Amino acid sequence: MPMQAKDIEDLIRDSFPDAAITITDLAGDGNHYAAEVVDASFKGKNRVQQQRAVYAALKGKMDGAHGELHALALTTKVPE
Amino acid sequence: MTDAATQIKEQITGNDVVLYMKGTKSMPQCGFSSRVAGVLNYMQVEFADVNVLESDDIRQGIKDFSDWPTVPQLYVKGEFVGGCDIITEMMLSGELDTLFTDNGVVYDKDAADKIREANG
Repeated sequence: MPMQAKDIEDLIRDSFPDAAITITDLAGDGNHYAAEVVDASFKGKNRVQQQRAVYAALKGKMDGAHGELHALALTTKVPE
Repeated sequence: MTDAATQIKEQITGNDVVLYMKGTKSMPQCGFSSRVAGVLNYMQVEFADVNVLESDDIRQGIKDFSDWPTVPQLYVKGEFVGGCDIITEMMLSGELDTLFTDNGVVYDKDAADKIREANG
């Protein structure tokens, strides 16, 4: 069951209420998205820790053969 | 048959560089896996490739082990480095070169520079 960009943003928003979130649909198939998340909570965390937090926000939508979301190109940043 | 976690520990401690991927280094079967394997191949890095498509235990086990939901996953000296996005960022920023140098992993510096030039 493919996902909509809005679903992804809402899921991330739940865990990062103040973040600047940009979702880009890469393929129009509901399966390949890019997401950029800019949030102060990333300060002092390395990339793996930052991205792990975002994946956790997606609550299992990503992983496993049945994961709705096959590909999410993720970029995380700390606000300047 | 040892369980996945034990196998994984053996793999990442027995090899300096390990890439858990879909397919093999010569026959990658997913765009993201292919990109990371391609970078490592081009940089002449010696690495062990583990094809997660051959074992559902490893495919799920590696995600539990690193608490990271996707493949590919790169390990250097037993440490999880990242997936395709992070490796690409580190490659372009030069952090991957530093990581390899700090861990005594041999790689082709000129090749690394060429990739960065190609990516402007």
